[in-house]
Amino acid sequence: MAERTITLEVFRYRPDSEQEPTFQSYTVPYREDWVVLDALNYLKDETDGSLSFRWSCRMGVCGSCGMMVNGTPRLSCSAFLKEYYPGPVRVEPLANFPVERDLIVGIDDFMNKLKSVKPWIVRDKEQPVSEGEYRQSPAQLATFKQYSMCINCMLCYAACPVYGLQPDFVGPAAIALAHRYNLDSRDQGQSLRKEVVFSHEAVWECTFVGECSVVCPKDVDPAGAIQQEKALGALDLVKSVLMPWGSR
Amino acid sequence: MKPYRRPISPLWWTKKTSYTLFVLRELTSVFIWAFLLFYLVQLSHLAQGTDEYLAFRDQRASFGWLLFHIVALIAAVYHTVTFFNVSPQAIVVRMGEEKVPPAFIVGPQYAAWLLTSVAIAWIVLR
Ligand code: SF4
Ligand code: FES
Repeated sequence: MAERTITLEVFRYRPDSEQEPTFQSYTVPYREDWVVLDALNYLKDETDGSLSFRWSCRMGVCGSCGMMVNGTPRLSCSAFLKEYYPGPVRVEPLANFPVERDLIVGIDDFMNKLKSVKPWIVRDKEQPVSEGEYRQSPAQLATFKQYSMCINCMLCYAACPVYGLQPDFVGPAAIALAHRYNLDSRDQGQSLRKEVVFSHEAVWECTFVGECSVVCPKDVDPAGAIQQEKALGALDLVKSVLMPWGSR
Repeated sequence: MKPYRRPISPLWWTKKTSYTLFVLRELTSVFIWAFLLFYLVQLSHLAQGTDEYLAFRDQRASFGWLLFHIVALIAAVYHTVTFFNVSPQAIVVRMGEEKVPPAFIVGPQYAAWLLTSVAIAWIVLR
């Protein structure tokens, strides 16, 4: 029996030689146990060494292999060819991000947004090591654990039409991470984060399309995190109107 | 070397069913707004006495107005259902380490809706 194949239509952009991107069709062997990333690596090894894309772990952990597969943001290491058989499979760089080359997008904007929400444990005053660790009960851990599963893959940004139309939107993963630290019993940084998180460019820009949570490979539910922060933001607003002098 | 920015089509919301449903959900608020406006006008006529109100009502007894009310009702129901269904993402209630299941958040909202509707129906129809 002839070997089965599947066609990949791959987005190509070579900024050194072309102004506009193009699509290039490749035929690769079809294997039941291959993911889109395997097919791309096959192409890079066997057909076209110039094809550029990011990946690392091949097991849905590092978050670097996000691409649009037939129009939907996916981790290409978890998107099986058999989901798309008989094809063709259209592979594009993550939507809403500038394309550097082929399937590689620029992530500076995302990195800056992540940093802007201070996604780390903030303490008013660090307690000396001699006083031991900050203890936390399983129930306290459970409040934020889901949001700590984020692998920064940016699929949620690619799924978010608001981010596409309003690039200043702080976006799903960054707000979800802010929420994760705000919920952490060891953290005291909520008041520092709120200037960013409760701003117009953050929670109030979100119209709850909900696609971020649909595409998230780690069930983080960033859309839920944003709505919960919205509620806190509204409460904060009411408080600041009722008690403008109040302790903040 | 310049990064390439892909343009976003004004028809982006037609490219995926979930986007289309979202835009429809946003659009429902136009009908809810229009209905509330109509309702306020209706109330102002009612405040001017029974005759005035009946005259206003009879003027509105056309197929066009009926259609408007049917569309507004469908929009309101769609808005309400989609709102209730996503509410568990916004409202998280915890019992120890466990989250209260979504059905316990959504259920009471439908129950309250039903009860309110029955109460209003009882007042209007009795
Ligand atoms: S929230 Fe989910 S989709 Fe968004 S970056 Fe984190 S893991 Fe990826
Ligand atoms: S290669 Fe690491 S998540 Fe896909």
